[in-house]
Amino acid sequence: MAQNPIQSTVTTRNQHVVTVSRQRADTWARRVFFVITVLPIGLIAVVLIGLLYRAWPILQQYPLTDLLFGVDWKPSEGRFGFYSFIVGTVWVTVVGVGLAIPPCILVAMYLAEYAGARTRLLAKPILDVLAAIPPVVYGVWGLLVVVPLVETVLGPWAQHLLGFWGLFAVQQPTGFSVLAGGIVLAVMITPLIIAVVFEIFNTVPVDLRNASLAVGATHWETIRRVLLPQVMPGIIAAIVLGASRAFGETIAVLMVVGNIAQVPHSLFDAAYPLPALIANNYGDMMSIPLYDAALLCAALILLVIVLLFNILATVVLKRFVK
Amino acid sequence: MRLQPWNRRHLIERIMQIAMIGSLVIVGLCLGAILWTIIARGLPALTWEMISQAPKGGFYMGKGGGVLNAILGSLYLATGATALAMLVALPIALYLQTYLATSGWAQLVRLALDVLWGIPSIVYGAFGFTLMIVLGARASLLAGIIVLALVELPIMTRAMDEVIRRLPRDLAQAAMALGSTKLEVALRVVIPQTLPGIVTAVLLAFGRGIGDAAAVLFTAGYTDRIPTSLSRPTASLPLAVFFQLGTPYPEVRERGYASALILTIIVLVVSFGSRWLSARLQRYTVK
Repeated sequence: MAQNPIQSTVTTRNQHVVTVSRQRADTWARRVFFVITVLPIGLIAVVLIGLLYRAWPILQQYPLTDLLFGVDWKPSEGRFGFYSFIVGTVWVTVVGVGLAIPPCILVAMYLAEYAGARTRLLAKPILDVLAAIPPVVYGVWGLLVVVPLVETVLGPWAQHLLGFWGLFAVQQPTGFSVLAGGIVLAVMITPLIIAVVFEIFNTVPVDLRNASLAVGATHWETIRRVLLPQVMPGIIAAIVLGASRAFGETIAVLMVVGNIAQVPHSLFDAAYPLPALIANNYGDMMSIPLYDAALLCAALILLVIVLLFNILATVVLKRFVK
Repeated sequence: MRLQPWNRRHLIERIMQIAMIGSLVIVGLCLGAILWTIIARGLPALTWEMISQAPKGGFYMGKGGGVLNAILGSLYLATGATALAMLVALPIALYLQTYLATSGWAQLVRLALDVLWGIPSIVYGAFGFTLMIVLGARASLLAGIIVLALVELPIMTRAMDEVIRRLPRDLAQAAMALGSTKLEVALRVVIPQTLPGIVTAVLLAFGRGIGDAAAVLFTAGYTDRIPTSLSRPTASLPLAVFFQLGTPYPEVRERGYASALILTIIVLVVSFGSRWLSARLQRYTVK
């Protein structure tokens, strides 16, 4: 057998000379590390299966359409309709993403195309700190600033100017609303979207820009007609990623959104997003039959939606950020 | 180019520039508003008692005590979770780079990590809860640590992967040309060279772990006592803030703001500390 030339000798306390093969250490490490890399993929499968297993009782008992589209949520009577929660989550997410997208894309454009190195150096810590602030602190800010803002400024203003439009109808006196949740979410997903869009703009080759500028286009025209068409799939993927993050955000939203199980019809209505449902009712879970299966089913629905968004966005983005 | 304001195209350019800079200012102002609100409302209620004592009876109704239980609980949770996550994240990141490079398996693992990164922490919490039911375990510090490690794992691995990928190849190739095995390259070249980045990744995950409420809600429970054992429930700062804000007593709510301020200070210290530490470690890398 061909002896491996990579060897070193180690002398143990008993004066035995032990040959340790560096090559064998490498092979052993390779095998162990490989097993460890199976973990991420395994984890996704285990989480899915685990939630499915515990949600099974309720999935067996009620047809899926009843669960997803039922409007009644009365666990003590055995009625579990997730529709108002799903719709509530969608509303808050759409408002959050809609508020965040225009400024974020503009900021990312600015940082990628216009800003000098100094501005970028200044912007990075700001974005990093925004991303690091815990969700519960965003919730406190929402309680202290955003909810009163909606209640005392935005609500009356909308009622005065846009009251004819149902979307802006103010039917409850507090500021705990879809709008408040959307505003808080918008600020929370801002660092994420800016970071992704910034990366995408950086992948476009410099020559393209230079060529466009050389024929006399202004910088904005270059962005609009040359760069944007190229990066548009990436920007859409960034939006989807932001939406997925907003969909799953629990604590910050539940502190400002009112937690009333209804289908919202206006920005100023309260809502009850799926994550808030799970978090709020965790204490009662074991006391009512099927309640725990229902809440875990809610978690499963949340997981499936977020997974779909994420896989879609990630696959698209892979083509950009090599 | 010199913009001529009478030229329509140039006017649009100027307008867009203003819009962009305005957006940047708005983002900066938002951060300022958040920090200002927390400091302005939290600082008045922040007393030495808050940081140094556990809640006494009736704390949530206005009686004495502090949030030491939550501060220590969060620190224990985050430290344990970060250490556990590091055990898995570092090998994955090293393996992806040194052994796998751009193979199909590496892409699959990276996709899986990105997907895991996007899973909300409440889902991890719910999953942890199902595990606890199956195993018959009760809410405890250990359960909280494990679930929090699951939350931190994708963040840490992704950040480490980014750093290791950016490492220029020449040092590693020089080592291999001299006869190192890949393991030796990973341990003796890659890790020392990327140490600043690895430290940043670890502290980033730590900061995330301290602030996370949804994952520990189900799994670590809550208690008013200072955590002393892995198998008992433990308090955490985010939950402490949440519970204190939920009471009808204004002085308890004020203390909630102070707790939020404590949490924010910890996170900011970790964030800036990691920058500083990373800069200090740069001197040990080979340029």
